[in-house]
Order: sequence, then C-alpha cells, then structure tokens
Amino acid sequence: MTAQSPVRGRGLVRRGFQHRPGAMVWVSLVIVAAALVAAIIGPLLVPGATDQHLLTGITPPGPGHPLGTDQLGRDVLQLLVAGARTAVLGALVVALGSLVLGNMIGVPAGYFGGWRDGLAMRWADLMFSLPALLVAIVVTGVLGGGFVLAVLVLVVLFSPGDARLARAAVLDQRHRPYVEAARLLDLSASRIMSRHVWPNVMPVVTANAFLNFAFALVALASLSFLGLGVEPGSPDWGRTLADNRSQLLANPWAALAPAIAIVTTAVAVTIVGDWVHERLEARGRAR
Amino acid sequence: MTGQEWARFLARRVAAAIAVVLVLSFGIFALLYLAPGSVEQTLLGTKPASPETIGAIRAQYHLDEPFLVQYLRWLGAALHLDFGTSIRSGSQVGTEISARLPLTIVLVLYGSALAVAAGLPLGVWAAVRRGLAVDRLATGASIAAVSAPPFAVGLLLLFVFAIGLGWFPVYGTGETPAQTLWHLTLPAIALGLGGMGLIVRLTRAAMVGELDQDYIVFARARGLRGRTVVGYALRNSLVPVLTAAGLIVTSTLVGTVLVEVTFALPGLGSLLVDSVTFKDVPVVQAVALLLTVLIAIINLVVDVAYAVVDPRIALGREAS
Repeated sequence: MTAQSPVRGRGLVRRGFQHRPGAMVWVSLVIVAAALVAAIIGPLLVPGATDQHLLTGITPPGPGHPLGTDQLGRDVLQLLVAGARTAVLGALVVALGSLVLGNMIGVPAGYFGGWRDGLAMRWADLMFSLPALLVAIVVTGVLGGGFVLAVLVLVVLFSPGDARLARAAVLDQRHRPYVEAARLLDLSASRIMSRHVWPNVMPVVTANAFLNFAFALVALASLSFLGLGVEPGSPDWGRTLADNRSQLLANPWAALAPAIAIVTTAVAVTIVGDWVHERLEARGRAR
Repeated sequence: MTGQEWARFLARRVAAAIAVVLVLSFGIFALLYLAPGSVEQTLLGTKPASPETIGAIRAQYHLDEPFLVQYLRWLGAALHLDFGTSIRSGSQVGTEISARLPLTIVLVLYGSALAVAAGLPLGVWAAVRRGLAVDRLATGASIAAVSAPPFAVGLLLLFVFAIGLGWFPVYGTGETPAQTLWHLTLPAIALGLGGMGLIVRLTRAAMVGELDQDYIVFARARGLRGRTVVGYALRNSLVPVLTAAGLIVTSTLVGTVLVEVTFALPGLGSLLVDSVTFKDVPVVQAVALLLTVLIAIINLVVDVAYAVVDPRIALGREAS
C-alpha cells in the first residue's frame, strides 16, 4: 500500500504522455537539448564569459548585452551559456555515478541474498532516513567545498535509491529458469550477474537514472547557491544567482536570469525524466 | 490490535529511531576530525595558535583521550543540551540555536500549512474534473512545483511581489507577530510549493482511484449530493497522503535552509550555512544533530499515525 499508491497514481497521471508525447514533453525536450548543447560547446561559444570588465560595471539590458552585465561587468547571457556546463554535466555525472555504485551494491545483494543483502539494505535504510541535500551541505561544507567533492558526495547519497531498485529487480529475476540454467552450466556468479541478469534489470534501473538526473541538477544548483559547489566567480547558475542576489534592486536581471534558467531546466528535465521513466519502466515490466 | 501488540510495535519503532540517531550522531561527531587541518586548528578558528592556546583547547575538548571517550563525552553533554561554544561568535551554541529556532519552526509550519491548504483542494478538484483543463493545469503545475528549487522560486517571488508590486516587504522579519507573519509569507510560499506539488499529485492519484470504486457509484445512484460523495472519497484518499506527510515535512526542513538564505532570514538554516562556511564545527554538529533528531521524531510520528489509521501495518510487520 505504502509504495503502490503513488506509483499507481503516477501511471494514471502520465498515461497520456506514454502514447503521444504532448506539447509539454516536446517543449521540455527542446529545453533539455539546448541545455545539453550549451553544456558541451558553451564555453567554446563564449570564451570570454568570465572576463571581468570592472569599468563597465552594471549595465541594464540593451544592445550588445541582451541581459545586461553584472557588477563585475560580465555579460549575463554569456555567463548563462557558460554556466550550463557545471550545472548539467555535474548532474549527469551524479546520475551515472550513482547508477554504477548503486548497482554494484544492489545487484549482488539481490542475487546472493543473506548477510550481503541485509548489510546493503540496512545501509540503504540509514541513508534514506536523512535528506540528501542536508547531508551534502554539512559534509561538503566541513570538508572544504568544491565541485568535485560535491559531485562525489551526491553520488554516494543518491546510490542507495539505485541499490534498492536494482536489488528488487534482481530478486524478481533470481529464480527464473534462465538463471537456474546458467547456474547448472557452472557459470561464475559474477558472469551470471553481469551478462545474464543485468540486461534484464537495466530498463528499470536506467529509468531511475533519468529521475536522479533531475534531482541532481537541483541539488548541485542548491549547493552552488550556498557557495559550497563551484569556486567563487565560476560561471555556474546557482553561483551567479548567489553572487547577484544582493543586487536584486539595482540590477535584477543578473539574478533573475540564472533563477529562470534553473527553474525551467529543472522542470523540463523532470518532465522528460518522468516521460522516459514511464516508457522504460513499462518496457521493463513487459519482460 | 491488543495493547500488548501496540506496545511491542511502539517499542520496536522507538528503538529503531534511537539506533538511527546514535549511528548518525557518531558520524556528526566525526565531522570534527574530517575537517581539513588539525583538530586544534579547527577549534581555534582565527585565534593565534600558540602552545598555550593549543594546550588550553586540548584540555577543554579532552583531545588527549581516546576518540570513543571524546564521542561519549560529547554525546553526554549534548543530551543535556550543552553543545560547547561557537568558534565564530564565542557564545554558547545552545543560546544561539534557541535564539534562531522559533523563526525556523514558524516558517516550516507556515509553509507546510500553505502546502496542505492549497494542495488538498487542488488535488481533489483535479481528480473530480479528471482529463479536463483544470486537471491538466493542476498536474502540470504540480510537476513544476515539485522540481523547481525553492531558492530560485523564492528569488522570483521576491522580485515580482516584493520589489515589483510592493505587496510584501523585501527584507527583515517584522516586530509584532502579525508583522512577522506578513514578512514570512513569501518565504513560506517558496518553501511550501514543493510539498504542495507532492500533495496535489498524491491526492489526485488517490482520489481518482477512490472515485472509481463501487461505493461511490452506488452513492451517486442513490442521489447523494456531489459534495457529500466527494467527501466520502476524500476520507479514504487521505491514507496515502498521510504516508507522504513525513516526506513533505522533511523536504520542508531542508528547503528552509535555502529559503532562509534567499530571504536573508535569521533562522536555523542560515545559521547552519554560515557555520558551515566558517567551519564552525561545534555549531554545525549541534544543528545537524538537532535536525537528525527532529527528522527521526517526524518519521516515528508518521509511522505510528499510519499504524493508527491502518492497523494492518503494525500487525503485518511491514510484510504487506
């Protein structure tokens, strides 16, 4: 009951998406694609985004600077394009990293059962009893901050979800005839898990990575906003927002633009993630 | 369910909650040793590190004793709400926390209340008008509300309603209680949006399921008023929503950290961020432990409330 109700509901909510990607999904796909392109080639497009022009100072939006400049004279639009890299690629690394780590823990736990399973699941329970962002704030802060550290901490914090999911999916496969057959053939456990069981578990687990991507984007932006993610002055959305928050009256666009970028990207990624999740999970169930 | 079964269920849950808090408290204490640089340096902060001050710090924090003894000393003091002195301000950590706690509690309650007050009716409305424009709008809005980070939403609210329209104050917390509530309205909206989205989603999903049930069809066929019928369905839909209550309050507690920084409010969240930035480890430990205990209590209350509503949970040993 606990777990089923929301899942059942989500199926109903999103049944429309599954068959025809509605306008909302299309718009979201375009936004996510734009953010990805900016993340990959953005810094090449705007090589001088972080150059400071202190004499220019704050300028309102106008020709030459569509969104104006911040108090360091940096073009806000260029900062946004350059900032997509840490925001989007960092979240991608978190989603993939927690997928790998979670599966390395969850698949053997489900396959072997016993003490390995008990240990892994108690660990997951413990991690679940705490909100990830709060732990990330405390740990990255006390350890000294930095982007790599923030990404690593989030990987560790996100992995229990993947581990639980992978374990449940493997439990479902463990007693199927093809696994018994592989055992009879005397294949090694690691070979059965990686070559035979995992491909059948993959759709469900990959689907979750898309949802994790959305959560990670928001979490990383939050850490950067608090000054615990990227270095000061880096062109990151959360950081740019924090740097210009105090100038909201004098120079609103320098803070509003990154805020809008974060909100639209987060919402778009969630919608696309939900849609992909729904499709992949339906495929996983059909097996 | 008999009294004895209840007692056993309660004892098990309380023991589990205490175990989680103990394990995490160990991690929280270890933060002192995880911070870069030597422990003495961390505890000295910006004070000069002479042999005398280092010696005083070592004596004050019992750094010559084994790690486990230090941990037990710290935990024992924490049980008496003694968290030592702040490195940044030099004042008692407990005093600083109690000065900032009320604002955070008011903000979290205010935000959660707004989330429930807006989320429940919207979810019911969307379910009753399933598939129509209202439903699509509410569903879309709930996705946006769940995924948008509170600090970015807060900034947009601040710009539109405080700076642009001038309806709400930009900074400060007000002096009288009524003023404070007024000052905290925008932060509470930014904070409550995520929970609201979640409640809309869950209520709508549960209501859609209930409205398809035979008893609803029968009630309608008997000619009961639409409002009465929706009332029946709502009562049965609340169980899954209640399950998510813990999640909502916890996410609000996390969100308050971001919202307090966005709106420059002197609450527990901004204290945590300031202390983390300054590496004021005693304050970070105290706030982290406090939040851990709060979250454990919330989860415990939700577990018990859920068992009260649906006794099968306690009887089934979570098997169902």
